Amino acid sequence: MAWFRAFFGLILLMCFISLGCSSKSSTRAHSLTIAGSTSVQPFAEKLAEIYMEVNHQVVINVQGGGSTAGIKACREKAAQIGTSSRELHADENDLTKIIIAKDGIAIIVHPQNPVKNLTLKELQGIFSGKIRSWSQVGWVDKPIYFVNREEGSGTRDAFESLVMKKGEISDEALVQDSNGSVREIIANNPQSIGYISFGIVNHQVKTIAVNSIYPSATTIKSNLYTLTRPFIFVLPSQPTGLGRQFVNFVLSPEGQQILEKEGLVGIR
Amino acid sequence: MQEKIIEKVLTLLAFSAIGLLLLITIFIFKEGFPLILKAGLKDFLFSAKWAPTKSHFGILSMIISSLAVTIGAIILGVPLALACAITLAEFCPPRWLVFLKPTIELLAGIPSVVFGFLGVVLLVPIIREYLGGPGLSLLASSIILAIMILPTITSISIDAIQAVPLLYKEGALAMGATHWQAIHLVLLPAARSGVVTAIILGMARAIGETMAVIMVAGNALKIPRSILDPVRTLTSTIALEMGYSAGDHRTALFAAGIVLFVFIMALNVLANLLMRKK
Repeated sequence: MAWFRAFFGLILLMCFISLGCSSKSSTRAHSLTIAGSTSVQPFAEKLAEIYMEVNHQVVINVQGGGSTAGIKACREKAAQIGTSSRELHADENDLTKIIIAKDGIAIIVHPQNPVKNLTLKELQGIFSGKIRSWSQVGWVDKPIYFVNREEGSGTRDAFESLVMKKGEISDEALVQDSNGSVREIIANNPQSIGYISFGIVNHQVKTIAVNSIYPSATTIKSNLYTLTRPFIFVLPSQPTGLGRQFVNFVLSPEGQQILEKEGLVGIR
Repeated sequence: MQEKIIEKVLTLLAFSAIGLLLLITIFIFKEGFPLILKAGLKDFLFSAKWAPTKSHFGILSMIISSLAVTIGAIILGVPLALACAITLAEFCPPRWLVFLKPTIELLAGIPSVVFGFLGVVLLVPIIREYLGGPGLSLLASSIILAIMILPTITSISIDAIQAVPLLYKEGALAMGATHWQAIHLVLLPAARSGVVTAIILGMARAIGETMAVIMVAGNALKIPRSILDPVRTLTSTIALEMGYSAGDHRTALFAAGIVLFVFIMALNVLANLLMRKK
């Protein structure tokens, strides 16, 4: 029976420890929850990290879940700030929308691919499966392998509304679940084409001009590059203290500088 | 007194495992079934249009892909695994077996993401260069899965072959059979139930494998027409889309889980039936 009593003792002890922990954390009143787009998440984490270094008493939790989930969380008060990597829909306009940065959706191909420019129409043709050979857009007669993102992704949502308009992406598309793995496929297959966040482009892949304009900090900032989307913070119509303060920090020169260093395009 | 308590605790633990399985089953069905009713069983199972955010819930292409990948893995993997098992059980000196069997079992311990990575880096470019297509394909996933189910099938088959009483083999040899004749006419038929169980366990592993398949299959939603076409399995869809899913999209993924669950159940029932037939 001795081990039995020891077992119960252990459980009691664990209860006390967990009680102790919870009462300790509840004394930290200055906490802020940010939830939403997985594209915005790494940048929000970076901003939160730096903000917490300066303001020790503040705790900021950054969560993913997707743009729609973030907007919903903000409305249901589960998070003080929701994040979104797409424009708000008409029924979401009751919330305060703050654009914190801009991001281009870069069209990328393999460095060996000589194609330099595609029109929006050609892009639509490729992703809807109508243009099937590279010879139709000025290269050799080889099939085009186009890479799509998974259903529900914010980047895909933005790509569909900016490029495909009302058309549908063909279900022959290869599907990958992150910017990184799309880039990996393009870097390994000379005949492939895909789209990723401008901040993630590196030397492994080549960006293509859309309607003769290359994505760059300047063309994205001025909306000259067509495939530009905003990164948005969503707050309740009457934002409370800490949320407001954090937004002010993000919009300040310092916060914008951090975002630009991480690869986004600031709004100033 | 103490014995009684230990007995009770053990019984309780044993039933809690069964209870867990039951809870998981109930939960999956409770979450996913409303959507099957909403979309209609026929549309759900026999339509190939999957666009859950636009209210199209057809998983036909995924069912076909899952089955194709599994069958492909079995076709490629079983001969290899059986050859391996027969060699190790019958032709190898016992001293080698002590070393070789754990080595093959070690294959099972390699995380699936490593297999997927090797597939992307080594296998996919070879398929693209020499056979055509995007490389990310049914063939690539079948090959990777064949390697992954190899240790399961091999090691259970070895046990099955070694469990056949020595008398059988001695009898066959005494009647003038060669070593190979004794193996394929006497030993293998006698070990059949174990070998079939091994293959079915391998199939269950193949149908449930996710990570490696996501990496090498290409995940296109189209029904594959050749082994060089990209495919999307049921498990891949769940893993790819669960991060963002909400509402009907989420329940649709649970509904896909129900289909997987039914598959695995059917495989297990089949395994039991085949074993009893013997």
